Amino acid sequence: MTKILIRGAKVLGGEVQDVLIDGETIEATARQGEIDISGTDPDAEGITVIEAAGQILLPGLVDLHTHLREPGREDSETVLTGTRAAASGGYTSVFAMANTFPVADTAGVVEQVYRLGQEHGYCDVQPIGAVTVGLEGKKLAELGAMHESAAGVTVFSDDGKCVDDAVIMRRALEYVKAFGGVVAQHAQEPRLTEGAQMNEGVVSAELGLGGWPAVAEESIIARDVLLAEHVGSRVHICHLSTAGSVEIVRWAKSRGIDVTAEVTPHHLLLTDELVRSYNPVYKVNPPLRTERDVMALREALADGTIDIVATDHAPHPHEDKDCEWAAAAMGMVGLETALSVVQHTMVDTGLLDWAGVADRMSFKPAKIGRATGHGRPVSAGEPANLTLVDPAYRGLVDPAGFASRSRNTPYEGRELPGRVTHTFLRGRATLMDGKLA
Amino acid sequence: MMRHLISAADLTRDDAVLILDTAEEMARVADRPIKKLPTLRGRTVVNLFFEDSTRTRISFEAAEKRLSADVINFSAKGSSVSKGESLKDTAQTLEAMGVDAVVIRHGASGAPYRLATSGWIDAVVINAGDGTHQHPTQALLDAFTMRRRLVGRDAGLGQDLAGKRITIVGDVLHSRVARSNVDLLHTLGAEVTLVAPPTLVPVGVGTWPCEVSYDLDSTLPKSDAVMMLRVQRERMNAAFFPTEREYSRRYGLDGERMAKMPEHAVVMHPGPMVRGMEITAEVADSGRCTVVEQVANGVSIRMAVLYLLLGGNESAVSQTRTEESK
Repeated sequence: MTKILIRGAKVLGGEVQDVLIDGETIEATARQGEIDISGTDPDAEGITVIEAAGQILLPGLVDLHTHLREPGREDSETVLTGTRAAASGGYTSVFAMANTFPVADTAGVVEQVYRLGQEHGYCDVQPIGAVTVGLEGKKLAELGAMHESAAGVTVFSDDGKCVDDAVIMRRALEYVKAFGGVVAQHAQEPRLTEGAQMNEGVVSAELGLGGWPAVAEESIIARDVLLAEHVGSRVHICHLSTAGSVEIVRWAKSRGIDVTAEVTPHHLLLTDELVRSYNPVYKVNPPLRTERDVMALREALADGTIDIVATDHAPHPHEDKDCEWAAAAMGMVGLETALSVVQHTMVDTGLLDWAGVADRMSFKPAKIGRATGHGRPVSAGEPANLTLVDPAYRGLVDPAGFASRSRNTPYEGRELPGRVTHTFLRGRATLMDGKLA
Repeated sequence: MMRHLISAADLTRDDAVLILDTAEEMARVADRPIKKLPTLRGRTVVNLFFEDSTRTRISFEAAEKRLSADVINFSAKGSSVSKGESLKDTAQTLEAMGVDAVVIRHGASGAPYRLATSGWIDAVVINAGDGTHQHPTQALLDAFTMRRRLVGRDAGLGQDLAGKRITIVGDVLHSRVARSNVDLLHTLGAEVTLVAPPTLVPVGVGTWPCEVSYDLDSTLPKSDAVMMLRVQRERMNAAFFPTEREYSRRYGLDGERMAKMPEHAVVMHPGPMVRGMEITAEVADSGRCTVVEQVANGVSIRMAVLYLLLGGNESAVSQTRTEESK
């Protein structure tokens, strides 16, 4: 079995260590130079040495919110291209959202997506099951069947649509307790967001674009944390985007309600001022908010009110963005820029250290989604799911170099720090020196 | 001058006054037996209308023809657009046919801005109304009408609207006319007050350079011009107000209310009016109502805009004289 020695990286940004991978497992970690391979001929023994001085070694990243688009919209992304993008971005596990065509609301669809991920081997794909049949919010999908399928679904979401019926939401929260599942809510009160095009506020008033008010998100979150408390379930809030949502989640946690929340990289960096360009690359749901919201989200991610960063990677073909704002699709790709945006907004600002990044982008999302073998400590005996980052790197984002099939990034031409150099999935390099295996 | 006309907010005071002054020159053409200038001879302008708007389209068409431009009318209905063609492809197709300027009306806010800034085409873009965003030539013709009425046709030349108090009443939330007027009137030194039920004022209006009032009666005596906006009956069904009658009672302009306005004050309306809703027939047909003048002024303003964006540096009038002396 091939061995890999990662030499001189700072593990979780702390101590400089050497890490030896044997097969699928981390065999040993030790202070620099203490793993002795001097007596062996590296070539003969099949030891690959990676000189990683100055780099940060993290547990493989876990994304609880990815759109892989297969089946149905293979023109924008497939499981193969999406997992290659994930590997490029340092991810070893992604949770694939259910809003495909057909919808992932049956055991058959989730098993198909799961198997495609396994076959391609770039990144583990854990399908998310729809809460309701066809994402229509009317009738519970066969949640138990999806859980018991080969895909072993534990996270359920109608993402893209809100489970807005309070009774359906309550039942879903209750029902999945039987097998330790969690409902991930896309919090968007539908009546308050009819025709919504962007954050409702100063900019929408000027631009004459339909407003998506913060209260449409906050009112659903408030309702759902109270429902979760009432029925004793856990609930996860997708892509939290407003300062008010942060306050509600903080309050809920202080009451002991079992709620977790995610924030996307773009909501940590971008504001609705960008919409003044009418460039639909900035059109996303929930919409970009204000500077005040961005600052509140960063602070909440730092203090743990928001548990995790999730990309909401949402690929769209060029023609769906090369048009007028109202006609454009909502969403941004994010897998290949997420870590850089988090470094830029959280690490370089001093809000979070690299151990915090490991927590928010690997340990916690794996825990919320029950992703076995992911989000584990970097220590002997653990699965070798690892990511190496060069934090000193500075470069302009060039979508032409993306592994994703889509290019709808809001960061084109923007300088962002950090670069993922290597990704290991159970000991196998899916990304080596910045190149996909 | 700028290359395109997308938003009234892009105009400086001097740009706006130049357009108004040029429009006065253009208006004189309308008084002649032959209402035509050679200025845009050999230039092609397309009126690209994705929304039905016969009156705006005809106004632009009249302006283009008076400047001797070749005019192409493109209506989205029955065209390739109804078969799913994108805005980009439509625009590029038209430009390939040698179009110098695109006058665009579109239901999506920002569509003209996209057309002008996305690198799709090189032609001059003139916004003839986009979604609930902007309608800059409407604001210009309104300002032109106000300047004539409140300052004077000749006395107004070179002047702005400093100190004039303008009240805009109605569905501000969905109105591109209101947005354009607030921007332009502020640039021209006027004091603007918006009057509407709170449901029809956008969240975020606080940063606009104007006042907001929910009470029409107290605003009227302090107004030099009152602009009534059309209120679509459909808004009632979305709970913006309880009934048509209640809207009319609280925010409609009738003879009694008009009497509260100062004697010199005028009543304006961008049209089409919904008589009996926001304006009574008595007011609409009174001598203080400028609706018909606004239509005539619209042609002059659009001629001025087309001339300034497409016609180069020579004076329209000197060209006219050359033409006449031939």
